[in-house]
Amino acid sequence: MKKALSLLLVGAMTLSLAACGNSSKDSAATDSSTTEESTTTEAADTESEGNGGAAFKIGGIGPITGGTAIYGTAVQNGIQIAVDEINAAGGINGYQIEYNFQDDEGDSEKAINAYNTLKDWGMQVLVGTVTSAPCIAVSEETHKDNMFQITPSGTAVECVQYDNAYRMCFSDPTQGTESAKYIGENGLATKVAVIYDSSDVYSTGIYEAFAAEAANQPFEIVSVEAFTADSKTDFSVQVQKSKEAGADLLFMPFYYTEASLVLAECNKQGYEPVFFGCDGMDGILGVENFDVSLAEGLTFLAPFVAKSDDEMVQNFVSKYEADYGETPNQFAADAYDSVYVVKAAIEAAGATPDMSVSDLCDAMVGAMPSVTYDGVTGKSITWTADGEPSKAPLVVQVVNGEYTEL
Amino acid sequence: MIGFISYLVNGISLGSVYAIIALGYTMVYGIAKMLNFAHGDVIMIGAFVVFSTVSGAGLPPVVGVLISVVACTLLGMAIERIAYKPLRKASKLAVLITAIGVSYFLQNVALLIYGANTKSFTSVVTIKPISLAGGSLVISGETIVTVIACIIIMIGLMTFMKYSKSGRAMLAVSEDSDAAQLMGVNVNSTIAMTFAIGSALAAIAGVLLCSSYPSLTPYTGSMPGIKAFVAAVFGGIGSIPGAFIGGILLGVIEILGKAYVSSQLADAIVFAVLIIVLLVKPTGLLGKQIQEKV
Amino acid sequence: MKTKTRNLSKTTRSNFITYGMVVAAYIIVEICLRAGVVSSLLEGLLVPLCMYVILAVSLNLTVGISGELSLGHAGFMCVGAFSSAIFSKCMETAIPVSGIRFFLAILIGTVFAAVFGILIGVPVLRLKGDYLAIVTLAFGEIIKNVVNVVYLGRDSQGFHISTKDTLSLGLEEGGEVIIKGPQGITGTPNDSTFLIGIILILVTLFIVINLINSRTGRAVMAIRDNRIAAESVGINVTKYKLLAFSVSAALAGTAGVLYAHNLSTLQAQPKNFGYNMSITILVFVVLGGIGNIRGSVIAAVVLTLLPELLRSLNDYRMLIYAVILIATMIFTSSPGGQHIQERIKQFFERRKTKEA
Repeated sequence: MKKALSLLLVGAMTLSLAACGNSSKDSAATDSSTTEESTTTEAADTESEGNGGAAFKIGGIGPITGGTAIYGTAVQNGIQIAVDEINAAGGINGYQIEYNFQDDEGDSEKAINAYNTLKDWGMQVLVGTVTSAPCIAVSEETHKDNMFQITPSGTAVECVQYDNAYRMCFSDPTQGTESAKYIGENGLATKVAVIYDSSDVYSTGIYEAFAAEAANQPFEIVSVEAFTADSKTDFSVQVQKSKEAGADLLFMPFYYTEASLVLAECNKQGYEPVFFGCDGMDGILGVENFDVSLAEGLTFLAPFVAKSDDEMVQNFVSKYEADYGETPNQFAADAYDSVYVVKAAIEAAGATPDMSVSDLCDAMVGAMPSVTYDGVTGKSITWTADGEPSKAPLVVQVVNGEYTEL
Repeated sequence: MIGFISYLVNGISLGSVYAIIALGYTMVYGIAKMLNFAHGDVIMIGAFVVFSTVSGAGLPPVVGVLISVVACTLLGMAIERIAYKPLRKASKLAVLITAIGVSYFLQNVALLIYGANTKSFTSVVTIKPISLAGGSLVISGETIVTVIACIIIMIGLMTFMKYSKSGRAMLAVSEDSDAAQLMGVNVNSTIAMTFAIGSALAAIAGVLLCSSYPSLTPYTGSMPGIKAFVAAVFGGIGSIPGAFIGGILLGVIEILGKAYVSSQLADAIVFAVLIIVLLVKPTGLLGKQIQEKV
Repeated sequence: MKTKTRNLSKTTRSNFITYGMVVAAYIIVEICLRAGVVSSLLEGLLVPLCMYVILAVSLNLTVGISGELSLGHAGFMCVGAFSSAIFSKCMETAIPVSGIRFFLAILIGTVFAAVFGILIGVPVLRLKGDYLAIVTLAFGEIIKNVVNVVYLGRDSQGFHISTKDTLSLGLEEGGEVIIKGPQGITGTPNDSTFLIGIILILVTLFIVINLINSRTGRAVMAIRDNRIAAESVGINVTKYKLLAFSVSAALAGTAGVLYAHNLSTLQAQPKNFGYNMSITILVFVVLGGIGNIRGSVIAAVVLTLLPELLRSLNDYRMLIYAVILIATMIFTSSPGGQHIQERIKQFFERRKTKEA
């Protein structure tokens, strides 16, 4: 029995070794042809376009399985739409884009594997990763390889600590500080309760900045309660504590999945404070079967509202709805914009796909200061040298079951 | 004081959900002697079936729940037949790993069918909440239904095990499956039946879990599943009243720990209490002391 | 040469095959690396592979040799990872030579994990079977939860610790935050290399194999097979069980050190230090054969590579992984599967005799 098992395992070993031999750098293109068929669109068109079949290879990394799969899937779809659009419109500098997205399960170690897989495929520019912790780990690698990286949603400060990395979303400190300022300046409350996810980088990042800024604002934080990734079913205690502390505003720096539970719990306990969220709340109305009246009055700072009159937004939203049957959230929107920023940077640099990864990165980083970008998540966005976007957050409120810009 | 009572009520409510899941765990463990790690994911499937039939197809909740119970029963029996039955004589660890495989399998099937997006689950409970002490203590309809359902299920299971023929067959198999077989008990069908009952309970647990905490993803079942496993061990795995007490206690400790100690360390508190209990009573609260043969 | 190997006992020969396999794997990979035919994916996987091999071998000591089901192996890995990462982060400027610093970090991670192994082992090893499993699981979860709320900073005044946030550390100007709650430790030096990983594997194998084949190992196995009989011939049950458990914990700590120094960020998340990881390692041990050290090594390598090789299947990747897991278990452990194996074996043997 053991012999047969080891036979089986040895078989698998040889298979893996064969794979290691095959996918050496020069044969990477042939090796990954199977992947391309499924993930890259219009790759066939690319070959016929003239340009010797050369194309910009853009890779994406994010969780499409595991607990954070919602965000990864949104980013994957958002990038896809942008890539399709750009390719249909003639590509970047006349070159088509090839796109490949890899799963990282929301884990740093798997993210490195995904990054290396993409490198074998021949990735030149990285749009990713989606969640903060893997993003920090991957940015270390892109820095080593000097590859241009733009993260649609890696909010932690360290995500863009290197020169080659940029981000499309707000950073955690920006969000926390801006939220505290907005609440203070508009006199939304005098007593504030906070519930945050103490096991999550994004949530604690916003909370910390919020708490720091709150000291300068005319309100007081009366209750701070946490939950963790392992106990986010029951929120009765956190809500009750906030209620007992007499808070008239509940600050919720976390994602909408948990927010829908917190809102339901508040409703159950008959607690009606002002609800103030963060950009992770965007998407709450899209939760299938969600009772939108629970979210009535929820206010949050976000870069993007799906119900905007803006033509670009409408175009993006209608395409997304047609392709994936749901309203895009800000992850999808940031991902969509990220691809266009890459396009803008390449065009500004006048780069071509035959450049090496490192040269391309240098050219793009050189061009970034001159890039001013109008997209679905903001207008005339520019980037500082540390990779932070200059975006004015929109104040969004849920009114009559719709996102409304204030 | 009102605050404390209210925490207690919430704790019992959460605990009852754990208890129903733990009852399924403990039944399967008692009879088939295996840790069915996929139990939590059967719960998730049960909830998704109700979601599709009630919110999707617009059927009345009672019909949806019935369909879900039937679907989960069939699923449970199918899993047993395909994945566990061939391993009846294999080592316990081999079965454990298979159960983990089944768990991954169910999660990923749900992910492919329903996608990763959170679904909001409409409560199937229509009872109005009870307001006590001038509105400062609210007991929701879900809490009432969950607690009552939990007690009914526990009593029902105990009666079934004690008085029905198949129940006694289960007891016999759990005591000594070889001896039971010699006495004319069909061990295979008894175990299949255990899985059927356990999975039917999982469907009910799924509905109640998602009615109280209305968010549903392919990963909804895994953490409550683990907590319920802890609850079952807490009460003495294999013991039906033990699972009930373990579940309720776990829920109450979790809520009170969050309320009075630290909401950041809620998990650590629950697990620390578990360790202390097991050190004092190494086979759980109501677990049988196993006599060792010399 | 032939007669020499024949003279060696069967176990010794088998052990040499195990060591030889690891060394051969190193040489082959090293040649491939030099020749530049290794994909980036595989290159990036080399250190994690070493880490998983160490984890699997060390868990096999608890599960296979000592016969205790432990679901908290990732907890010890977490202890090793964080203790060594704190050390490396603090000493990055004090000890600029990465070799010496990493050697010390390995020692520190291993020792800390061993201490935790003893602390946990003393009370816990009284329990049996699934109760032991659940307590080890609980321990792993506690470690993860506690690490997530710790903030640790350092300035000229020394260390500051808090469970609230960075602000309440009260660091003076120029102070450095080392552990930032859930964000963990960022900027650990990348000291882990494939060579060090391989050396650590060999050390692990050496410790485990020698332990198994020593008097101690035989005592541990005697306890596994029949505790009462072992006790009655005067074997100190607690001592030997604890020894096996803490050695296993220490080696898991070593693997944690490799993990912490391979990525530049270190967080305690359900994915890497939760019960899921413990279960993943358990899968390696069971599929490789309980008590079979060489099997653990092979299974760890194959099962780590498998999901990566399935990447081209995209959405179906984890589904296929689950199916393979179930199918392998049924194939290797069920009577039906074993029957098929027998048939295959007979087929090959018949052919061999025919050829002869």
